[in-house]
Amino acid sequence: MLVSVLVFVFASLVTLGAAVAVVTNKNILHSAFYLILAFVGVAAIYVMLEAPFIAMVQVLVYIGAIAILIVFAIMLTRRLMSKDMDQKNAQWIPSALGSLTLFVVLGWIVYTAGWPAQEGAMPAEPISQLGQDLLTTYLVPFEIASVLLLAALVGAILIGRERETRSAE
Amino acid sequence: MADLINLIEGWITNLLLGWGASEELTLFLLQALGSVLVVIICFLIVIALIWVERKLAGRIQDRFGPNRAGPFGIFQSFADIIKIFTKEYVTPKGAEKGAFNIAPVLAMASVLAIWAVFPFAINVIGADVHVGVLYIVAVSAFGILAILMAGWSSNNRYALLGASRSVAMLISYEIPMVVSLLVPVLLAHSMKLSVIVKAQQPWWYLLVAPTAALIYLISSMAEIGKAPFDLLEAESELVAGYHTEYSGMKFGMFYVAEFLHQFTVGALITIFFLGGWGGPLAMRWPILGVIYFYGKSFLVYLVISWIRLSLPRIRIDAMLDLNWKFLIPVSFVNLVAVAVADRVMLELDLATWMYVGVMFAVNIFILLASLFLAGKSKPVVEREKFPPRPVAVPPGTES
Repeated sequence: MLVSVLVFVFASLVTLGAAVAVVTNKNILHSAFYLILAFVGVAAIYVMLEAPFIAMVQVLVYIGAIAILIVFAIMLTRRLMSKDMDQKNAQWIPSALGSLTLFVVLGWIVYTAGWPAQEGAMPAEPISQLGQDLLTTYLVPFEIASVLLLAALVGAILIGRERETRSAE
Repeated sequence: MADLINLIEGWITNLLLGWGASEELTLFLLQALGSVLVVIICFLIVIALIWVERKLAGRIQDRFGPNRAGPFGIFQSFADIIKIFTKEYVTPKGAEKGAFNIAPVLAMASVLAIWAVFPFAINVIGADVHVGVLYIVAVSAFGILAILMAGWSSNNRYALLGASRSVAMLISYEIPMVVSLLVPVLLAHSMKLSVIVKAQQPWWYLLVAPTAALIYLISSMAEIGKAPFDLLEAESELVAGYHTEYSGMKFGMFYVAEFLHQFTVGALITIFFLGGWGGPLAMRWPILGVIYFYGKSFLVYLVISWIRLSLPRIRIDAMLDLNWKFLIPVSFVNLVAVAVADRVMLELDLATWMYVGVMFAVNIFILLASLFLAGKSKPVVEREKFPPRPVAVPPGTES
């Protein structure tokens, strides 16, 4: 019990510390690397909650795809690299207000939610259970999500193609 | 004798419990011991592999390979290890110290972490997690990250170029790799590696899903980043790519990680398509299963070496074309076909050998049809053709 508390405290501290570092760091690529550390901490907390599937998806999607995309995008724009960036731009007041509102709303939800936990043991094969549920009970949201992703893919190809057709004219 | 590993495990457990250690402590110590053992075996294998690789490269390229240190040069790797440990660490000016030093460790860790979930024999399994396949794919992401960090932190244009190429290649080849990995998961109805291996006794998935096995082999060869997919460290273009600025053991870690990655791919192909620990008498004597597992992995390793020592480097546009226009469509068609065929035959309730035969036929048909279609299609971008130029033009006559 003590060990799991220690691990939880460590993972939370790493996550929060890395998250603070993301915001306060002047070098934007350092921020990206700290963001990855924060994702790792969140994945560790998922593992502690006995949700290994979510933890693995967290690592796969957030670190394997999104974080690497961010780092790559920063590396391609030379102006942003290895220079101490100004941390403010013209829109910092509205965005600060938006973030503050989001923080207050989320904090309120976390504080007021009762966190109902279902009694009973975990299913023997949690992932097959998840798959069954996704394709029976939650079929419509699942399909809507896939259509959304497909639309994003098609949109990406369209944006990528636009310049080609214009130059051909 | 038959179950040597569990025998030793039981002995140590009883010994520790007899000394008054608590059960949790015993379990923790045993798990730590097991992980250290797996890692040490990995490193010992790499030392042997480096020698085998050089000897094999020598044979294939019609030269001797190492032949000075010891009989057949078997001590060459040890000499290299001593040399690399005594070398100076050079950190280039303007490098990001933190990221520069973390990158080699991360590269190594991302490969070693994959070994945590392997089933070595019927009752010798690492962490037997429900999400084994997903874990393997997720952990590999750190390898890409390590290459990016190394390339960026070196403060070197060549290193950065190598790292950018690696992202284009590794991320795009992850798609056919993951989709072809779905085929064994689909056939075994589980993401647990031990279940996947058990489902393959005695019909290996190489027979049930040969197309997926081939796609997996090609795309994971690209993931290793060695020839013919070694664009990220193309010597003639980029010095040494992302690890140009590394020296001493820091370079050594990238080097060992690369070798170990190739062996790990061999082990993964063994698990997913070659029946893992399966083999004659492996059920009764688990120690044989461990030997079969490592032996099969080594065979796949040799096949990969053979391919990569025979082929020249692939051009970058051809590399992307192969992935996006051939491997990804074929792997998706293959996944759908295997799913449908598997379901239909489950309803028909055929004998196992007929099931395997039909699956094999379906796979081979998809492979041949896609190869035929790929052969018929024209390349989208024709390469510009220049008129032949005389080798030497006398001065003053140039147009």
